[in-house]
Amino acid sequence: MLIILSINPLVSPDPGLFIWSAVAFLILLFVLRKMAWKPITEALTERENFIEDSLNKAEAAKEEMALLVKKNDDLLKQARAERDLILQEAKKIKDQMIADAKSTAAKEGARMIEQAKLEINNQKAIAMADIKNQVSTLSLDIAEKVLRKQFEDHKKQEELVGELLKEVTLN
Amino acid sequence: MKFIVCCVPCATKINSGFIEIMVKKGIYSSKKIKALVVFTLLMAFNIFIIKAETKEIASSAGKTDSIKTEKDEDISAFILHHIADSHEWHFWGKDENKVVLPLPVILWSNGNLITFLSNKHEDESGKIIFNEKGSNLVNYDGKYYYPLKEKNADGAFVKVDENNIPINEKPFDISITKNVVSLFISVFVLLLIFGSVSKSYKTRIGKAPKGLQSVLEPFILFVRDDIAKPQLGIKYERFMPYLLTLFFFVWVNNLLGLIPIFPGGANITGNIAVTMMLALCTFLITTVNANKNYWKHVFNTPGVPWWLKLPLPIMPAVEFIGVLARPIALMIRLFANITAGHILILSLLGLIVILKSVFIAGFSIPFVIFISLIELLVGFLQAFIFTILSALFIGLAVEEEHAH
Repeated sequence: MLIILSINPLVSPDPGLFIWSAVAFLILLFVLRKMAWKPITEALTERENFIEDSLNKAEAAKEEMALLVKKNDDLLKQARAERDLILQEAKKIKDQMIADAKSTAAKEGARMIEQAKLEINNQKAIAMADIKNQVSTLSLDIAEKVLRKQFEDHKKQEELVGELLKEVTLN
Repeated sequence: MKFIVCCVPCATKINSGFIEIMVKKGIYSSKKIKALVVFTLLMAFNIFIIKAETKEIASSAGKTDSIKTEKDEDISAFILHHIADSHEWHFWGKDENKVVLPLPVILWSNGNLITFLSNKHEDESGKIIFNEKGSNLVNYDGKYYYPLKEKNADGAFVKVDENNIPINEKPFDISITKNVVSLFISVFVLLLIFGSVSKSYKTRIGKAPKGLQSVLEPFILFVRDDIAKPQLGIKYERFMPYLLTLFFFVWVNNLLGLIPIFPGGANITGNIAVTMMLALCTFLITTVNANKNYWKHVFNTPGVPWWLKLPLPIMPAVEFIGVLARPIALMIRLFANITAGHILILSLLGLIVILKSVFIAGFSIPFVIFISLIELLVGFLQAFIFTILSALFIGLAVEEEHAH
């Protein structure tokens, strides 16, 4: 090996240069390892992790967003359904109320008519009684007047008393 | 190498496609225009550098153009000199007019540490003996040896073998050579780059990357997701610092090697000592972290007939050779690829001088630009291959047993 290498100065390694290059290379290796490679590789790994993390987060955010949108849609749908339901119920109540009012009004009307009728009858009865009274008073007055006229002369009165006395003796 | 050959047409397609797109869209967008301008300037700059280099080759070759073989040798010597290590950083010029950055020479000789600047003993002929701290030394061809007592035929105090390499004893050389300086520059550049990048990671926690950070993050992620994770599985984190350092060290040095002027230009990853060091690191990490399962596979390979293990341990021997061959293959692959690229570019430029025709430049220079672009790709590719194979070997060593 050494014989082959010593043929040409080009291929015979110079020990001085070998030592210096080893020293230079080892210094370079140790200095760069401390000063450059460690922070650089760490920064690279950190950045890569950060990017991957960010991508994952973005993906998660996207999913969450989709979920949120879906939730919103669901909520909207639900709200709409609820609104429809409420409207329907309100309509029902309204109808019910109208129907109730109608029936109440009818009943009230009937009751009032009934009462009116009763009142009319009462008034009629009162009026009739009144009329009867007046008729009897009137007839009594008339009778009194008639009787007074008849008994204006004394003879007639005695005749009547005689007649009455006759009747009483008969009995 | 095959892989690279397959990649060549691919790369051209990508390149031409890229330029086409730039031209098509360039009119409509100022940014594209800017990129186009930068690209063009880069090309122009490249051509300028190439021209300067060609001149240099010409001047070095011009001295001995009487005999053809001599000139050829001169060119190959020039190329080898360019990709080899050196005790000085040569900028331009020759002999008295040369502009160089002298670098410190550090020698360990007989228990003494000898230090001086390389320009103190510049003569490379080996004819001048000098004394430093009680040791007699001689500079031959840019390297320092102990002189022999007698001169050879050329008057130098060395004796050379058939490959023109001295067989003299030499002191242990731990000089700050051109490659070492370039190595320090690349380490400094890497520390600067990743210091700032890591600062942006600390200050911009949890934010998108910006500036230099966003330029380098894909490569860090590339090393992690396409190299470490597939080869090492869940245990990848422990080896990330090594793999990242390895990848960027090899890549930055490959690219620095492609720049022909000062901060670059040294052929570090094309030097076998450096690739040997890197391969040894991978080998050591593999061996230290290897689990029982790995050694069982090496010395008692499951699923193999017993007579391959006893009485002659054929299979263990093969496996053991495999264990050693992996780092050696790593070492040679990177060294050969990067050196080959440098030799290719220099040879194409040398062609102009060898064929003594300036018209060759019309062929050479576009080809050199093309090869330079390919080398840009190869620089990345070899860093990737070295790193992924290291990860693969470590992965084999730490792999848990599973059903076959």
